[in-house]
Amino acid sequence: MNFTHLSDRPEAYFLVAAFLLAVGIYGLIRRRTLIGMLIAGELIFGAASLNIMTVNRFFSPDPAVGQIFVLFIMGLAAAEVAIALSIIIAVYRNYRSIHSTDISELNS
Amino acid sequence: MSNFPFADYITGAIFCLAVGTTLGGALIAALSTRIIRGVCGLMICCIGLAGLYWFLHSPFLALMEILIYVGAVCVTIVFGVMLSETDEPAQEKQRSFAALWGLGAVLVGLGVFFAVSRLSLGGPWKVPAAFANDGSVQAIGLALLTTYSLAFELISLVLLVAILGALVIARSGRTKE
Repeated sequence: MNFTHLSDRPEAYFLVAAFLLAVGIYGLIRRRTLIGMLIAGELIFGAASLNIMTVNRFFSPDPAVGQIFVLFIMGLAAAEVAIALSIIIAVYRNYRSIHSTDISELNS
Repeated sequence: MSNFPFADYITGAIFCLAVGTTLGGALIAALSTRIIRGVCGLMICCIGLAGLYWFLHSPFLALMEILIYVGAVCVTIVFGVMLSETDEPAQEKQRSFAALWGLGAVLVGLGVFFAVSRLSLGGPWKVPAAFANDGSVQAIGLALLTTYSLAFELISLVLLVAILGALVIARSGRTKE
């Protein structure tokens, strides 16, 4: 495979998106702070957006739809981050910690 | 392509740079011990993603990616990091259990990677015969204001509710000292 035409092949984008999803899920399992989990979630959002954009560029009859969809994903991600960070700050005020093992009051 | 010398090779090198930036940033974001380095890794990853969007014929989304993710989301997370104490705790208890957990996470990640890449590479993708528009910013604007106008209005409502909700949640429990 010639690397000069790699940017015209959907496989390259698909592999990058699958790698981002795998790294995001790995981080979601492995992280023990809430902000770390939030960052891993953002990686998963990035993977989904890249996958949608790849299908949109190569296989969709209407190339505007995927871009609008990804734009909505970005807006929802921004709203989600704002809410999640305010919850994290509220948790930190109550528990003086944001480690997921310390927030276990309901785990009797 | 163009008659610029080595244009193909330069394009390929920039594409590989974007892919490498994305993958490296994602690895930094998931593996670093200090959380502020993870945020910086997320920024690097988003810059690489913007490059990939550019290669996917969507400079509008590339700009939006940098504006929203690097400019807004990552800076908001940095504020969250500053307001709380976020570093990953040291490995204090049950080292074998932690190692087992890490091994399980790696296995799950590898499984997801191979399953998703097998699905997406082996799918029966069909290239369409004709395109409805050229995917330019003008086409996006037209679709946003006609077909998707309701979703467009709804997302502005969602953002407003998110701002108010964040203010309310973060404000309760705040005391004057």
